[in-house]
Amino acid sequence: MSSVAVPSVRRAARFYEAPLGKKVVMAVTGMILFGYVVAHLAGNLQVYSADHQQINRYAAALHNPSVAVLLWGVRAMLLLAVALHIIAALQLWNLKRIARPIGYVKKDDVPAAYAARTMIWSGSIILAFVIFHILHLTAGTVLPLEELGPNRPNVRANLIGGFQHPAVAGFYILAMLLLCLHLHHGVWSMFQSVGVSHPRYTLWLKRFSAVSALAIAFANISIPVAVLAGWLTQ
Amino acid sequence: MRLLLHIWRQRNAQEKGRTIRYLAADVNPDMSFLEMLDVLNESLIAKGEEPVAFDHDCREGICGTCGFMINGVAHGPLRGTTLCQLHMRHFHDGEELYLEPWRARAFPVVRDLVVDRSAFDRLISAGGFISASTGSAPDGNAILVPKENAEQAMDAAACIGCGACVAMCPNASASLFMGAKISHLGLLPQGQPERLERVLAMVAQSNEERFGGCTNIGECEAVCPKQIKLDVIARMHRDFLRAGWRRRAF
Amino acid sequence: MDLISKAPTGPIETRWDRHRFSLKLVNPANKRKHTILVVGSGLAGASAAASLAELGYQVQCFCFQDSPRRAHSIAAQGGINAAKNYHNDGDSIYRLFYDTVKGGDFRSRESNVYRLAQISVAIIDQCVAQGVPFAREYSGYLDNRSFGGAQVSRTFYARGQTGQQLLLGAYQALERQVGAGAVAMFPRTEMLDLIVIDGKARGIVARNLITGKIASHLGDAVVLGTGGYGNVYYLSTNAKGSNATAIWRAHKRGALFANPCFTQIHPTCIPVSGHYQSKLTLMSESLRNDGRVWVPLHKGDRRPPSKIPDDERDYYLERRYPSFGNLVPRDVASRNAKAVCDEGRGVGETSLAVYLDFRDAIARLGPHVIHERYGNLFDMYQRITGEDPYSVPMRIYPAIHYTMGGLWVDYNLMSNVPGLYVIGEANFSDHGANRLGASALMQGLADGYFVLPNTIGDYLAANPLEPVDRNNAAVRDAEAGVARFTRRLLEANGTRSVDSFHRELGQIMWDYCGMSRTAGSLERALSKIPELRDEYWRDVRVVGSGEELNQSLEKAGRVADFFELAELISTDALQRNESCGGHFREEYQTPDGEAARDDENYSYVAAWEFRGVGQMSELHKEPLVFDYVHPTYRSYK
Repeated sequence: MSSVAVPSVRRAARFYEAPLGKKVVMAVTGMILFGYVVAHLAGNLQVYSADHQQINRYAAALHNPSVAVLLWGVRAMLLLAVALHIIAALQLWNLKRIARPIGYVKKDDVPAAYAARTMIWSGSIILAFVIFHILHLTAGTVLPLEELGPNRPNVRANLIGGFQHPAVAGFYILAMLLLCLHLHHGVWSMFQSVGVSHPRYTLWLKRFSAVSALAIAFANISIPVAVLAGWLTQ
Repeated sequence: MRLLLHIWRQRNAQEKGRTIRYLAADVNPDMSFLEMLDVLNESLIAKGEEPVAFDHDCREGICGTCGFMINGVAHGPLRGTTLCQLHMRHFHDGEELYLEPWRARAFPVVRDLVVDRSAFDRLISAGGFISASTGSAPDGNAILVPKENAEQAMDAAACIGCGACVAMCPNASASLFMGAKISHLGLLPQGQPERLERVLAMVAQSNEERFGGCTNIGECEAVCPKQIKLDVIARMHRDFLRAGWRRRAF
Repeated sequence: MDLISKAPTGPIETRWDRHRFSLKLVNPANKRKHTILVVGSGLAGASAAASLAELGYQVQCFCFQDSPRRAHSIAAQGGINAAKNYHNDGDSIYRLFYDTVKGGDFRSRESNVYRLAQISVAIIDQCVAQGVPFAREYSGYLDNRSFGGAQVSRTFYARGQTGQQLLLGAYQALERQVGAGAVAMFPRTEMLDLIVIDGKARGIVARNLITGKIASHLGDAVVLGTGGYGNVYYLSTNAKGSNATAIWRAHKRGALFANPCFTQIHPTCIPVSGHYQSKLTLMSESLRNDGRVWVPLHKGDRRPPSKIPDDERDYYLERRYPSFGNLVPRDVASRNAKAVCDEGRGVGETSLAVYLDFRDAIARLGPHVIHERYGNLFDMYQRITGEDPYSVPMRIYPAIHYTMGGLWVDYNLMSNVPGLYVIGEANFSDHGANRLGASALMQGLADGYFVLPNTIGDYLAANPLEPVDRNNAAVRDAEAGVARFTRRLLEANGTRSVDSFHRELGQIMWDYCGMSRTAGSLERALSKIPELRDEYWRDVRVVGSGEELNQSLEKAGRVADFFELAELISTDALQRNESCGGHFREEYQTPDGEAARDDENYSYVAAWEFRGVGQMSELHKEPLVFDYVHPTYRSYK
């Protein structure tokens, strides 16, 4: 039980070597991604504004060349967060096979832990969706995107147009349901991994986790539903 | 009542094992699960067959020696209960049960349902203690301990080291076990001087033993016979981060 | 043979100090040259191994369990006594000493008991420093309770798991030394013989329980902290693995066995439910603080307890002992339970139980207070019996719990075999004929932390100990003997399992040498035991081989020793023509049914020398002298 000062490069490596360090990386990157999901939702909800140009003005503001550095900076950070989140997840997943080379003939699980046990699967599908989502609404490779002018995407039209395809809407809804599952465990887990826990407020953290996961999924799903139901039109 | 048992039989760590079917007849609802196995073993001995090896000692739920999986759940279906305290009244006639040893790389099978849990001893040896050599202690009341801390420390100290948490964890992580010891000692004033070194040493040892990493699933908490809470793992994470910062250890 | 107790004389308060000063010391630089073998890792063994390693000795520690943390000390519930007088209620070292000598019915050594009471204070300090989470008051000070009928609050506790917490403290101290390389730990290793060379204990022969390999471990001294022998009765509150093999094999190598008939029965255990019963579960006797013990007034009253009106209940302890009531000592409570059951007034399916009723306490204090005090015990009772003690009275019955007898040791805790030390429940030293509640933990830790580390140096410093050659004839001889013994068990190839014999032996002991004994019953035991033992060696069936983990083989060896020990217990009980403490001879009782001690003829320690299997052991007597606490008769009326 002794510790000596270690050079900082080695320190990062040693920190990450422990499963616990990986978990902290997952929590921190998870927190960043969670923040992004919330911000993205706030942007999306502007589609309900009575002023049909509201969301397009918001998009134009984001794409304004004067803040391009900021936009690409955020994108790079998100990309890095996603990459670290995935690498750490895969490494932890691999550790689990090392730690239990021979499985059980019969294994039962605790029902409440369903979301926790399926993080790797909900996460993978969400990843696939995110790629599709970017191709669809950012890169425009799935459907042609309308523009109101340079750096001024017609978000409202693209979004409504896209969701009028039931397959696109369906995938979106499925992904949001899985996101709900992922966040249901993930949000609380972030706190747990960085050591925020106390008998008095652990229950509240779990509630916050459940409520925020449901709220995010519900609010996002409402958009394709509204489109398909014909409440949201061009 | 009668039960159909599928029991994991394995001669030693080297040979391969498999499940074998046994019929347990004349099971009395007031028997404990281990007494049911005693009776089965008596019948095996009478036939000249080798009895099923399983670990057990106090049969009062405190020594932590007993433990295996019943239908994929550590210590069986009753929460907060070790196998020796699980009674047959919780099963029904004709039920089919799979009995398997704890499975983890760090807990190799010794024979049948017996595993080697010495990795837990090595975790404690790495740092799960307060260095207070005999004779050096001040008066017991010299350092006051707030009642709430003492109670919380006791909650964590109740761990019996049975290994159910590792067995049940999809990651085969020992975090609940380590978190319990780190919380027990870290909540007491006597445990402060070594608090940060303790967590670093135990976490490092856990990696060496090839326990998996915690992903906050909570199956350990669900099967812990002493109902130790996940909070202890959060406390371990907290101490780990703090140790990294303060001791510049990683 | 002269039994030299080395107990100091003179003013009792300074005996331990003066004695310690007179002991030779081992030079600190020389300590690491000495190897000490510690067998057993319970409170006594683990605390001794850790403390000796801290001093600088090379220690090897052995236990049959898979980890030292499993030793049966872990199951102690109630607490640990210490004369701290934190409550200002009149407690003192002298009072704890007095209570222990008196509680032991004047069959212990005054010097030892006084030392125990002195050390009790330091034990608490040591355990607190290790992080034992003792119960605290809101102020942050240590909490105490009164326990087992003591008139002062001197019992420290950690919920209902005091033994567990103290053991974990000692275990962690031990593991710290394992990590430091000062202790080599040998779990799943069972001692099967003592190696004696030139009259000195120099090692042990042990079997690795996983590989079956039999090997010798050599050193300069051997310490046995292997616990009691209650499992000779088959059903007891001991762990299934608890056994007498280490002390019995040492006995066969010359160590005297003292007072084997002093066995303690615990009054509050969960009764037997069927033929498959494998052990008995104790519930802390703190339950008697609020529970009331009763049976129906009339024989054969089979009504459910709630249907029996108050005037048809017999609260027999309150009736017979108005001042102590339900809090009479363990032996008195136990014998009275047996007496009412023998009268045919027992309750439950087997009629071998009495009620422990919390109805009045629940009405007086409310269920939440009862839950707070006894919640875990009530849960345990419900788990085992399937009955809810909040609404139906508990059923309890006495069970074998602790054995005061053990290997004879002098004041230094050394047996008559030089270099063989015996600590904790395995020795006979401090409790006399009856142990007080919450004193077992105290004695185990006193021996391990504070007595042995001080006394063992005297032997090591005073005796030239040449290194022992592995090929020494005595070593080879002991190894061969163990191998022969194991082979004999495996080759008996009979028809009956080890457990079936053990059960039968236990029944004989319980019936004829149990809670109360007569010359006739003991003679019957002495004729039945050898018969059954002969049958055992002829007809036992141990399946499997000796070269692997073989739990039947482990049990078979232990039961073989229990047979021989059972005979010695009965012999000792038969020679002790008096009733004292845990030993109650029906012929020797007062007109109102209390134990009648005979100080004139039996104020001695009976130390038995082994003379061969089936041979009458030879009795040696160590007279007991009482300079301070003069023998009086216990009265709890």
